[in-house]
Amino acid sequence: MSGPSTYVPSNGFTRWLDARLPIVRLGYDSFVAYPTPRNLNYWWTFGAILSMMLVVQLVTGIVLAMHYTPHVTLAFASVEHIMRDVNWGWLLRYMHANGASMFFVAVYVHIFRGMYYGSYKAPREILWILGVLIFLLMMATAFMGYVLPWGQMSFWGATVITNLFSAIPLVGEPIVTWLWGGFSVDNPTLNRFFSLHYLLPFVICGIVILHVWALHVVGQNNPTGVEVKSEQDTVAFTPYATLKDAFASVAYLVLFGWFLFWVPNFMGHPDNYIEANAMVTPAHIVPEWYFLPFYAILRAIPDKLGGVIAMFGAIAVLFVLPWLDTSKVRSATYRPMYRTFFWVLVVVAIVLGWLGSQAVSDETVRWSQVLTAYYFFHFLVILPVLGLIEKPKPLPESITAAVLAKTSVH
Amino acid sequence: MTMILSGSKLGFAAAAAAVLGLGLALAAPASAEEAHGPVIEKQSWSFAGPFGRFDKGQLQRGYKVYKEVCSSCHSMKLAAFRTLADEGGPGFTADQAKALAATVKVPDGPNDAGDMFERPGRPSDRFPSPFPNEQAARSAMNGALPPDLSLMGKARAVHRGFPWFVFDAFLQYQENGPDYVYNLLTGYEDAPHGITCADGLQYNKAFLASTCIAMPPPLSDGQVTYDDGTPGTLQTYARDVSAFLMWAAEPKLEQRKQTGLKVMLFLVVFAGLLYFSKRKLWSTVPH
Amino acid sequence: MTTMDTTEPSRRDFLYIATGAVAAVGVGAAVWPFVDQMNPDASALALASTEVDISAVAPGQIITVKWRGKPVFVRNRTDKEMAELAKTDVKALRDPQTDADRVKKGHENLLVVVGVCTHLGCVPLGHAGEYDGWFCPCHGSVYDASGRIHAGPAPLNLPVPPYEFLSDKVVKIG
Repeated sequence: MSGPSTYVPSNGFTRWLDARLPIVRLGYDSFVAYPTPRNLNYWWTFGAILSMMLVVQLVTGIVLAMHYTPHVTLAFASVEHIMRDVNWGWLLRYMHANGASMFFVAVYVHIFRGMYYGSYKAPREILWILGVLIFLLMMATAFMGYVLPWGQMSFWGATVITNLFSAIPLVGEPIVTWLWGGFSVDNPTLNRFFSLHYLLPFVICGIVILHVWALHVVGQNNPTGVEVKSEQDTVAFTPYATLKDAFASVAYLVLFGWFLFWVPNFMGHPDNYIEANAMVTPAHIVPEWYFLPFYAILRAIPDKLGGVIAMFGAIAVLFVLPWLDTSKVRSATYRPMYRTFFWVLVVVAIVLGWLGSQAVSDETVRWSQVLTAYYFFHFLVILPVLGLIEKPKPLPESITAAVLAKTSVH
Repeated sequence: MTMILSGSKLGFAAAAAAVLGLGLALAAPASAEEAHGPVIEKQSWSFAGPFGRFDKGQLQRGYKVYKEVCSSCHSMKLAAFRTLADEGGPGFTADQAKALAATVKVPDGPNDAGDMFERPGRPSDRFPSPFPNEQAARSAMNGALPPDLSLMGKARAVHRGFPWFVFDAFLQYQENGPDYVYNLLTGYEDAPHGITCADGLQYNKAFLASTCIAMPPPLSDGQVTYDDGTPGTLQTYARDVSAFLMWAAEPKLEQRKQTGLKVMLFLVVFAGLLYFSKRKLWSTVPH
Repeated sequence: MTTMDTTEPSRRDFLYIATGAVAAVGVGAAVWPFVDQMNPDASALALASTEVDISAVAPGQIITVKWRGKPVFVRNRTDKEMAELAKTDVKALRDPQTDADRVKKGHENLLVVVGVCTHLGCVPLGHAGEYDGWFCPCHGSVYDASGRIHAGPAPLNLPVPPYEFLSDKVVKIG
């Protein structure tokens, strides 16, 4: 896909630079001349939206760290200092907090888009695995970031999630003590979480670079799932994809702005405006919304170690997805049965999320168990079997053929 | 996008049916549970919605209620006197804020002789706390701790549940805090049959944490004399102090909403321009 | 679809230019909060004044008070020091200023200056140097008892902060 470079340095300086460090060539080949399938729909703009959100989180985070104090006696007050006294501090902090949610909204859309169009299939397995890795790192980063304001939810969230590791046989307890740097979540925990919360985004950046690299080696998938066959199937990344991505990104900012300016605490929890208190657990503790499906899976299993294994397994199964799906056809557009199961999975994930937000009752646990079982059934049974029994619709000759067939109907 | 939707009607319908079924199955126990929960009536607030602004007179009255009633037991550690004169706040002048600060004694020191001393408050000082520490507060309050009020406007909310929380995002409902405080302050009643509160506790129909609350009814008609002639009733006190607590919890609320209007207007125009540019550019490429 | 391609170029260019211009405005406006957040915050600005009791400063004594995180020297000068200062040839100074311009009328003996060398920010030592004013230990700038620069690398006199007498005993700096 990358093909030979078409970059031609236009003047003496760029020629000189190109012979020494072809960085302009790299940028040109990756983001200007790069051929992108002409039939990409708006679901493909979420890559650009995610890049934008990563930058928003990095910039606001670096700036917030200039005012925040990672110490148990000062952390809560320093966040309120940002909200009250720092110039535009309320904007920066709400941007960062709601930005995390917007980041996850976009990443979930991105993941489900990949699933719908079979973007994980050969030769894009490494691309997909890198993406799941980014998702994991995002979850770790978001979890540690939520601890920093040192509210009640911060503290008890940290306590519950770090305690997950105590489920590991034999070494569980020492690991938890090691994670805490003490015998409960306390100042050493807060300090190391701050350090790691600052570090991990840069690790994410590194893996994002690999993700984009892998993408540029194998080329983008597209709504037909048929590989690019000729130059006719593609348009230049700039200006075509750039402008479309720019529009989608700004439209996404409108959604972001809605929450940021008008309902900034909608995604949060009131208990996190109460300073951490190691003596009192809030009556109803829930993680942030983006963890809720996994939280429901954790609570579905009435066994400590089993629950933890199920929860991590729900993510781990995504790593092997390219090999679980046995169908040769990528796009769900040509897979009628898979399409139905795809939407059922989406709904199952959403309902699991809702169950994760509810107080534990026999009813919610029962439903969580049913849906957890279905979640794994989808990946471990339905996908392998479907590829063998499903009769896909005929695939188009090429991207261009599909596009022309579609536009001629108009 | 249209392609996905049209192509997957079957899947979508199946999914929707699943949600509906589950929703119905779980709705019954959920609503039965709510019947025993706190009773909250929504209030209308001047600071609600995208154009919301604080009512300065209301915040000044609320401050008076806080100062004369609440502050004898509750701290408000994060609020500073200077902010009383800030834009988007109660609208006191800088001199008024200075005079209000000067009415309190603030511990300071050490002086040149090494001693701690008390001095009149300055605008940069934060609101003084009624008790030096938690233990002192508990011992004076029969074991209960009056919570700090700095963030009370945001730190309490009654659980909304499905589907209300979805509507809340679209209708921009963010006044759970003041709604709760108002209902709590006006929610003292005789305990209904079958409920008895322990000694020193009162029944309150709005109380979130339990059925009985340790705080005795703090407000009653005529307790505080308003300077602007507003009638002093339990309802006005409760409403004004709830608004004041919202401001104390979110002093930049007005600035946020005003900035939001400008930014959102800009973003919509910008998105529109980008959309038409994109359409022009792609008009020659069937896609 | 391909027929839409016939729009005249000027209108198309205008659309692109307008979009680009709006983008530039947006980026410019978005950058400001990130710059402004590094300016002093509201709590720092609120501490911008300090009150000093000067009744205990004996003639010849220098006290140091903190104002905005910096040392401020308050010096009660003796009549002998005043007489010395009166002899200064103001025109020959690097930063010409009379002593009378650096104090408040009716309180001529009392000097209030920011104790930060105008060279590179060190705190000068009091009652030191050739003029018994201040001497900066970092690079050897020499100030007189009015805080005026006489020798060394510093370009300017020690600055006089804004201050006022609240009473004969209390000075408010800032």
